[in-house]
Amino acid sequence: MQFQFASFADFLTMEGHGIYVWISYGVTFALLAALAAFPLLRRRQLQRELQRQQRIQQRRHQAEKERKTVEPA
Amino acid sequence: MAWQWFHRLGSPRWFYQKTGAWLPWLALASVILLTVGSVWGLGFAPQDAKQGNSYRIIYIHVPASFLALAGYYIMAISGAIGLIWKMKLSFAVMRAAAPIGAVLTVIALFTGAVWGKPTWGTYWVWDARITSMLILLFLYIGVIALARAFSREQVADKACALLALVGTVNIPIIYKSVDWWFTLHQPATIKLTQSSSIDPSMFYPLLTMIIGFYCMYAWSLIAHTRTLVLQREWRTQWVQQELSGMETQGKGGK
Repeated sequence: MQFQFASFADFLTMEGHGIYVWISYGVTFALLAALAAFPLLRRRQLQRELQRQQRIQQRRHQAEKERKTVEPA
Repeated sequence: MAWQWFHRLGSPRWFYQKTGAWLPWLALASVILLTVGSVWGLGFAPQDAKQGNSYRIIYIHVPASFLALAGYYIMAISGAIGLIWKMKLSFAVMRAAAPIGAVLTVIALFTGAVWGKPTWGTYWVWDARITSMLILLFLYIGVIALARAFSREQVADKACALLALVGTVNIPIIYKSVDWWFTLHQPATIKLTQSSSIDPSMFYPLLTMIIGFYCMYAWSLIAHTRTLVLQREWRTQWVQQELSGMETQGKGGK
């Protein structure tokens, strides 16, 4: 097995076909990266949403408690 | 007793906890295989006698096309399992498979079009293989769109499973299209039943890329299914514990 191109510039141009080859690989890996990133981003989004809901619930509990302590008087 | 594993498999929680350990290994395997395969295919595999260097696109075009088709099977079969055994997890797998399959089909179509320019002199022809792949993309998009059209998840799941099953008709057409209508797309390079029409020096990097794409696919499917499970089991205790940090081990109860 041996490197098929004489120089790095040759490797990039690929006798005129370089542009097609590199665009194909570039787009493919960009799309695969997006596919990999999606679940991680979504998980973070769900985490933030849960925290928000928990904060809302906590505030509601607190408000209820305060009302109960004030009301009898 | 013998069927216990099958029922456990249907439990989203069991799936979530079991697959967590596999993900890093699958990710590692796909990164290594895809890197090695790309470098091998781009720099070290010999030039094609007829197509020159443009043929190097095969190392992503063929694996992506393979998985675009295999992904459709997975989507349709898990839809069928969901319909028959009413398995929650199975529907989640089906829903997760749709966007992944769509992305892989886009990759297959895009790299095919870019490859077509230096080889056939055109980006697009209404060739049988290409047209049936385009229909595959529409089927994937159809499943995604249909899922969004319903407000109730359970109805959406059933409708998507039906559409996925009906669309299975397209799969044998794609496979056989290069033999039935001999138009522009070249016949399959790798055959299971006969010897492949490809030299070993080009075949091994291709095989590396195919296995790499399979690992990548498995990783994506599991990861996307896991987020869907979190989203769907949102109200349960274990999901809320899972999302608010790893305090599942220590405290029990509330």
